Amino acid sequence: MTMLGDRQQLAYIAAQAADARVNVELETEGMTLNIGPQHPATHGTLRIIARLDGEQVVWAEPSAGYMHRGYEKLTEVRTYPQVTALVNRIDWLGSFANEVPFILAAEKLMGVEAPARAQHIRTILFELSRIANVSLFLGDLGVQLGAVTPVFFAFRDREYVLNLIEAATGGRFHPNFDRIGGLKDDLPAGFIDETRMVMKKLRTFCDQIEDLLFGNEIFQSRTRGIGVIPKDVALQYGLSGANLRASGVDWDLRRDQELPMAWNKADWKVWTHPDGDSFARCWVRLQEVRESTKIVDQLLDTIPSGPVMAKVPKIIKVPEGEAWVSTENPLGEMGYYVVSQGDQGPFRVKIRSASFNNISIVPWLLKGVYVPDIITILASLYFILGDIDR
Amino acid sequence: MWSMVSRLKREVFPLSSTDTTTEAPRDERRDAEMARITGALGAAVLDSLVKANDDMWIRVSADAWRTTGETLKSLGYSYFCFLSGIDWLPSPFGKGEEDPTEPTPERDSTIKQGYTGGATRFQVIARVMQPFTSLGVNIKVDIDDSMAIDSWCSVYAGANWHERETHEMFGIGFNGHPDLRNMYLPSDFEGFPLRKDFPLLARIVKPWPGIVDVEPLPGDDEQEGEAS
Repeated sequence: MTMLGDRQQLAYIAAQAADARVNVELETEGMTLNIGPQHPATHGTLRIIARLDGEQVVWAEPSAGYMHRGYEKLTEVRTYPQVTALVNRIDWLGSFANEVPFILAAEKLMGVEAPARAQHIRTILFELSRIANVSLFLGDLGVQLGAVTPVFFAFRDREYVLNLIEAATGGRFHPNFDRIGGLKDDLPAGFIDETRMVMKKLRTFCDQIEDLLFGNEIFQSRTRGIGVIPKDVALQYGLSGANLRASGVDWDLRRDQELPMAWNKADWKVWTHPDGDSFARCWVRLQEVRESTKIVDQLLDTIPSGPVMAKVPKIIKVPEGEAWVSTENPLGEMGYYVVSQGDQGPFRVKIRSASFNNISIVPWLLKGVYVPDIITILASLYFILGDIDR
Repeated sequence: MWSMVSRLKREVFPLSSTDTTTEAPRDERRDAEMARITGALGAAVLDSLVKANDDMWIRVSADAWRTTGETLKSLGYSYFCFLSGIDWLPSPFGKGEEDPTEPTPERDSTIKQGYTGGATRFQVIARVMQPFTSLGVNIKVDIDDSMAIDSWCSVYAGANWHERETHEMFGIGFNGHPDLRNMYLPSDFEGFPLRKDFPLLARIVKPWPGIVDVEPLPGDDEQEGEAS
């Protein structure tokens, strides 16, 4: 796989040399292009400074920090149950999924395990967050390329999922529903039937998006072979989630890690793609939404009976220790390194968010690409600003 | 239809049984892996810890920091997870819950390091993982008064941004890093926000009321007080 990377770099050097010759003849000079912080393709306020030579990027640097909220500092003055309200706002499109690894880390330190029913419902809500998050990505993808229709489909169908999340948790975007030892509440009546119906709709949505977008000639020519990330580069930059699997790494923390969650109770598949280009990243995400709907469907059939909350003290004090828990979030691996010194609040929390690593590859990846491809590459890497800056 | 939401009867569930076995649980997979790591690193490892079915920790000497990264990468730990710092000084400001008009209470400022110990106030912690097996190892290193350590950029390219962040937040330098500019803060910002002696000003000017606000959990209406 290194071959691809080398070839890309070599092509870049050759192009540079050719351009340099032209530049000497035409006396052109480079320019600096500033994309953002306010740009539709940046999903928030990520600024990209690109040094151009003609239409090619010579050097690019993302400039984050327009939304830094200092959550790692804030967790040090909060109690454990209060932290979930903060971490909700890291990846704001799939909020429930942010709470889960933190709660699991606290539970691990306390030696508490949520009852089976709570684990099951957690997994269902986790996958619903993934569907809500990634379906918006699939719609948004079209907008980046000038196709306006898919995004309306995405907003329409994501709404059904958000309604489900709202029905169960009370919050569309910031559920704050996960508790140490279980969940705040049980599922509402009618949730299971409604969810089955919505999952059917979402599968239709996936088919529609596939028909509208993935078979489209313009879409393919704009994404195939663009922004290729070889396997070893992806690993050492710490890329995770669909970005890593699109480079041919068959690794999914839901399947390959022992966690007190219910993923192993469903039959589903981890999709990979050998190409590592923008198209592969989009395609893997499309398949992931389909698999998520399957997981939810199967888990709905097998929700065990019982309580949703283990017996935990009213005032939660976590024993001394350190714990690392990460899960496969919609954007990739999201983990918390929690250091406890026996207090009501954590001593230190390191938040490892997926987008931070996923975006750190951008300076490497954008070298030598053409300006319009910057947009598709950024869109296919899929980041959320709150997940970069934290 | 969602207006007809009815909740199931609230019940409590006993704390999942932590059996009182006298023997500590063994984890053969991680024990073998730790033996492989400590064997390859040799004298660089100052301390190590394996928690069964949980995780692995090692602490290495600062001189061997870069070679540790290289060795681990050659042992198959090719996935770079994160790198950050820890300031072990207990916060001189507590949790900001006191009344600012009262005199500040005496606080214990003994530095107490976590797993695998340590000798200094600051430590850098990094985590690398083996893809597919999902085995990961947390590597800690003490930061002495020079407040600098070798950079991992040449080993794991992804360490670049993490080291920039750590430098900005803790003031820890990374020798050989190409570009340690601030990521989040203005370039003329003074101080290192994640150090414990950096005050969270919002808490200094107005105490946080939330520290006494304990949300009742399901089942609390039946039994009052602290269940254990």
